[in-house]
Amino acid sequence: MLLEVANLNIDLPTADGARRIVREASFTLDRGQTLGIVGESGSGKTMTALALMGLLPDGATTSGAIVFEGRDLTRLSEARMQELRGDRIAMIFQEPMTALNPLHSIGRQIAEPLILHRGLSKAAARTQAVKLLERVGLADPARRARAYPHELSGGQRQRAMIAMALSCEPRLVIADEPTTALDVTVQAQILDLIADLGEQSNMALILVSHDLAVIAQNCARVLVMYSGMTMESGRTQDVLARPAHPYTKALLEARPRVSAPRGERLHAIAGAAPSADAMPKGCPFAGRCPLTIEACRLAPPAPVTLRGDHTARCIRIDAAERLA
Amino acid sequence: MSRDSFAARARRNASFAVGAALVAMLILATALSLVWTPYPPGAIDVPHKLLEPSFAHWLGTDSLGRDIVSQLLAGARVSILVGVIAVGIGLIFGVALGLAAASAKGIAEDIIMRLCDFTFAFPALLLAIMFTAVLGAGIVNAILAIGIFNVPVFAKVTRALGNNVLARDYAMAARAAGKGPIAIAFEHVLPNVAPALIVQATIQFAIAILAEAALSYLGLGAQPPQASWGRMLSDAQQLMFLAPRLAVFPGLAVVLAVLGLNLLGDGLRDLLDPRLRARR
Repeated sequence: MLLEVANLNIDLPTADGARRIVREASFTLDRGQTLGIVGESGSGKTMTALALMGLLPDGATTSGAIVFEGRDLTRLSEARMQELRGDRIAMIFQEPMTALNPLHSIGRQIAEPLILHRGLSKAAARTQAVKLLERVGLADPARRARAYPHELSGGQRQRAMIAMALSCEPRLVIADEPTTALDVTVQAQILDLIADLGEQSNMALILVSHDLAVIAQNCARVLVMYSGMTMESGRTQDVLARPAHPYTKALLEARPRVSAPRGERLHAIAGAAPSADAMPKGCPFAGRCPLTIEACRLAPPAPVTLRGDHTARCIRIDAAERLA
Repeated sequence: MSRDSFAARARRNASFAVGAALVAMLILATALSLVWTPYPPGAIDVPHKLLEPSFAHWLGTDSLGRDIVSQLLAGARVSILVGVIAVGIGLIFGVALGLAAASAKGIAEDIIMRLCDFTFAFPALLLAIMFTAVLGAGIVNAILAIGIFNVPVFAKVTRALGNNVLARDYAMAARAAGKGPIAIAFEHVLPNVAPALIVQATIQFAIAILAEAALSYLGLGAQPPQASWGRMLSDAQQLMFLAPRLAVFPGLAVVLAVLGLNLLGDGLRDLLDPRLRARR
C-alpha cells in the first residue's frame, strides 16, 4: 500500500480553542491509483490534502496516522518531510497565476526541485526542465523555459506547474482544484495531461475538487466530504450510479443536466453547512437532510459498509435506499 | 521588454527625474571633492575672512577665511559617507532580522519585533546624542548611532512584506517542492521585498543626512577640521545677522540633498509598484 490514512483528525487553533475541521478521515491508495476528494468549500478537502504534504497552517494539530511508503508522516521531522516534499509527494496548486514566483523564469522554477532532490547541476537541471516542458505539451519549450510567468497564459502556466510537480517523478501527486482557475476547454486538456502522465510513470493521484464531473472522469475512487466528515466513499462508478448517502444524492441532483426539461430550475440543497465553530455533535448534515430523525442529532454517524469498499456514514441508509 | 518600459516610465515620472538629478549632483559633488576643491577645505586664511562671493571665492569665505565652495564639496563627502554606512548597517542587520522574524514565526518573531518597538520608543536623536556623549563625539560614533536606528526600520518593513510574500501561493508551492525556510527567505521573499527596501533606503538615506547635520551642528558629529554641512551651520550661527549667506548655502545643500532623495524614493515607489508592473 502506497498511502494509508487512518482516523485522521485535524484541529485548527482559534481564539476560542481548537476547532476540528477534519474528522476521522480514512482512506488508502495504491501505486498508480486515482482518488478524488469532492466537497464544498470548508468541507476539509484542502486541509486533508495539506495534511498529506505536512503543510497545514501554523498551530494545526493532527491525530491518527498518515502512512506513506511505510512511514507515518505525522511523526516525521520537518527535515525529513522536506526531503519527501517535491520528491516522493508533490502538489499541483489551484492558481497557476500566483503559484509561480513572478521574479524567476519558468525554467529556473522547474529546475529547482531537481537541484534540491536529485543533486543535479544547474545546467543539467535546466536541460531537464526543457524536456519536462516538452513532456507537458508546451510548444517551443526552450523559449518557454526562459519566459517569466506573466508572459504565459493560464493554461501554459498550469502546464509549467505540472512540470514542476512531476520533475522528480513523485509516487504521489496531490492536485488541489488544478483546473478551477482555467476556462473549460483548457480544463479538459490539463486533466487529460495529468491523467496521462500519471499513468505513464505509475504515479498515484489525489484530485481535490468541488466538481463531481471532474472527479467522475478522472478518478477510479471517490471520497465525498462534508463539514470535515467523509460522508461516502467507494469506487466512483458505484458512488455516482448508486449513491447511498442523502448528501451525495442531493449533490448529484444539484448538478445541471442536459436532459432536464427547459426552464426547470436547478435543485439546491436547502440550508447551509454548519460553521466549524458551531459543529453539531451529531451528523453535520442533519437538518438539511430530508431523512433527519432525532437520533441523527445525537451522535456522529459511523461508516456503514455497503457493497465491497463502498461505505457511507448514515444511520438511515435503509430509508435512503428506499428513497432512491 | 521590461527594461524598456521601465526607462519609458522613468522619463515620464517627474519626481523620479528631479530626484535622480539632485542625487546625481550630490554624488558628483562627492566624487569631485575627492580629486579637486578650489581651496583645501579646512585651510584657514584669516586675512581673507568673510569675503563676499567673488571670482576667487565663488560663494565667499567664512569667519576664518575658509572657502565655502570647498567646504560644501567636502561636506557632501561626509553626508554620503554617513548615508551609505548608516543605511548599510540598517539594511544588513534589519533585513536579516526581518527575514528571520517572518520565517521563524511564533515566539522568535514576537521577540524580534518587540525589540524593534523598544528601539522605536526612544527618540532617535536623543539616543544618538547619548550614544555619542558616552562613546565620545566623532563622525564614526555618529554613523553608528544613526545606523542602529535604521535597523528596526528595515526589520519592520522586511517582516511585514515578508509575511505577505510567505502567504502567497508561490511560497507554499516552494514549500511543497521541499524547500527549507532559509532557501525560501532568500530566493522568494528577498527578491520580492527588494523594491520596497530600495525605496525605504532612499528615505533613510535622507534621514541619515539630516541626523548627521543635526549631530554635527550640536558638536557631536564631525569634529574640526573635518568639513560637514552641520558644522558649517553651527559656525554660521554666531554671524547669522552679519553674514546670513554662511547659513544659507549649507542649509540649501542639506535641503536639496534631502529633497532629492525623497523625490527619488517617491518616484521609485511609483516605478517599482507591483500593481503598475502587473498592468504591463
